[in-house]
Amino acid sequence: MLQVLFDALSLGSLYALGALGIALIFGVMRLVNFAHGDVIAFSVFALLWPSTDAVAIVFAGQMPWFLLIPFILAVGAGLSVLSEIVVFRRFRHASPATMMIASFALGFVIRYFLLMLFSSRPKSISLLPALSQPVEILGARMPLLQLITILATIVMLFALSVFVRKTRFGLEMRAAAENFTMARMLGVRANRVIMGAFALSGALAGAISIILGAQTGTADIQMGGAVMLMAFIATVIGGLGSLEGAVLAGFLLGAASVVMQTVLPPEARPFRDAFVYGAVILVLLFRPQGLISARGTKERV
Amino acid sequence: MSQLEADNISVAFAGLKALSEVRLSVTPGHVTGLIGPNGAGKTTLVNVLTGFQAPTEGAVKLDGESLVGLAPHQVRRRGIARTFQGGRLFRELPVIDNLEVTGVGLGLSRRAAIAEAQAMLDWVGIAPLADRIAGTLPYTDERRVAIGRALMGRPGYILLDEPAAGMSAPEAAELAALIRRIASELNCGVLLIEHNVGLVLETCDHIVVLDSGAVIEDGPPEQIRASETVRHAYMGTAADSTLPVLEVMQ
Repeated sequence: MLQVLFDALSLGSLYALGALGIALIFGVMRLVNFAHGDVIAFSVFALLWPSTDAVAIVFAGQMPWFLLIPFILAVGAGLSVLSEIVVFRRFRHASPATMMIASFALGFVIRYFLLMLFSSRPKSISLLPALSQPVEILGARMPLLQLITILATIVMLFALSVFVRKTRFGLEMRAAAENFTMARMLGVRANRVIMGAFALSGALAGAISIILGAQTGTADIQMGGAVMLMAFIATVIGGLGSLEGAVLAGFLLGAASVVMQTVLPPEARPFRDAFVYGAVILVLLFRPQGLISARGTKERV
Repeated sequence: MSQLEADNISVAFAGLKALSEVRLSVTPGHVTGLIGPNGAGKTTLVNVLTGFQAPTEGAVKLDGESLVGLAPHQVRRRGIARTFQGGRLFRELPVIDNLEVTGVGLGLSRRAAIAEAQAMLDWVGIAPLADRIAGTLPYTDERRVAIGRALMGRPGYILLDEPAAGMSAPEAAELAALIRRIASELNCGVLLIEHNVGLVLETCDHIVVLDSGAVIEDGPPEQIRASETVRHAYMGTAADSTLPVLEVMQ
């Protein structure tokens, strides 16, 4: 039972972090960034730099954890900010659909860039191997990594919530997310707010890539895709633009996946995701606006 | 003399003249009223004065210096603030944050912005509402928050776009007192755009009447009250909502 709870929390953590990364950017510029998953993959491969060889880990991968983690977060943030400057800034006034397609295109560019350098064969990496030791908590055995994933996610969510509520940047971001034009009229620096949102979102992608890399022990150019899909669904269920909703829905999706895995009869388990998506459809039928309705869409009372 | 001035402003939208050769000035410590039937061009003029709309001809001048070409936030930094019809607050944010973000946008440090926001809420008389979510307020309070937000950074001029819309008579009277205080205590120049002509006649030192984009009358309240041209302009529109106005003016 406890085991199921921890599994649900750790899978939910991944989805919540991914959903938050998407919701942050959607909030300030109404862009659903489908390149987010590829930023995750790119960050994993940063462990192999500057080598493209399958086994040699010569630089980043050998750093101690307290350097490695900030490095990967910075890589994610850097790529994300770069994509804002090079690509999305030019689409600032375009329709959401145009921006979304641009994000697909950017995703392909990043993925095929990785493909060119590293080939499509998954690379084996040994990232923070100490984390795979089992630990026992309240009678449930789990890898240390799972515990750290859950704790790190809680810390990150808490830090982000303090950041958004208590700092000047967070204040500007909340105002811009609700009414970008009005915030701009009042002198809020639009470019800084948007670049900050991209940087945070990219750093979250970096965090996911560390967790995924440590969990699977591989670097694969496809690895961001699955998380990205679930994270996107979580942002929709959560109510697009709502940060709290994205996190909540991320954890709910994680829980739904793990619970289905446990309660479904063994013959049905391969179709677990179909059941999860079915549940998603049900939720959206009853609450098409998402669990926590998005900014600016509330009815005026 | 220090003043905010619309100097011969014309605005044309696709050939249609929204404003033609409008002259108006606002001076510190005085309340100037801007009235006129629906579609007279009142909000267009406010938009021009605050940089939201470029004039086709003419210029907006602050102490004789042209502001044409400045973006709205740059005009705001020069000390010309405005409110919008319906308030247009950040409805998801607490009241205090609505003011604070404006202070930060004006270049204050966060600490200074919070202090100023608290002082301003206090001054406007809504200090107890600081932590309420703006979208949950009744509209009378919402208007006060909008005015408090516009007063952040102590602007030299404030343009109020229909602040009394939908208010009852006692509510409008309270608002009138606040508007007088903005002029007298903060030595701010106020431009009051209102449909409630009674409120304007009672609050303003000077009134400009617009009709079809042109100034048809300009003078102190007594002159406006007595003006045949103004009566005719309001009569001409024949909208039911303006009929009580005529009684007020009698």
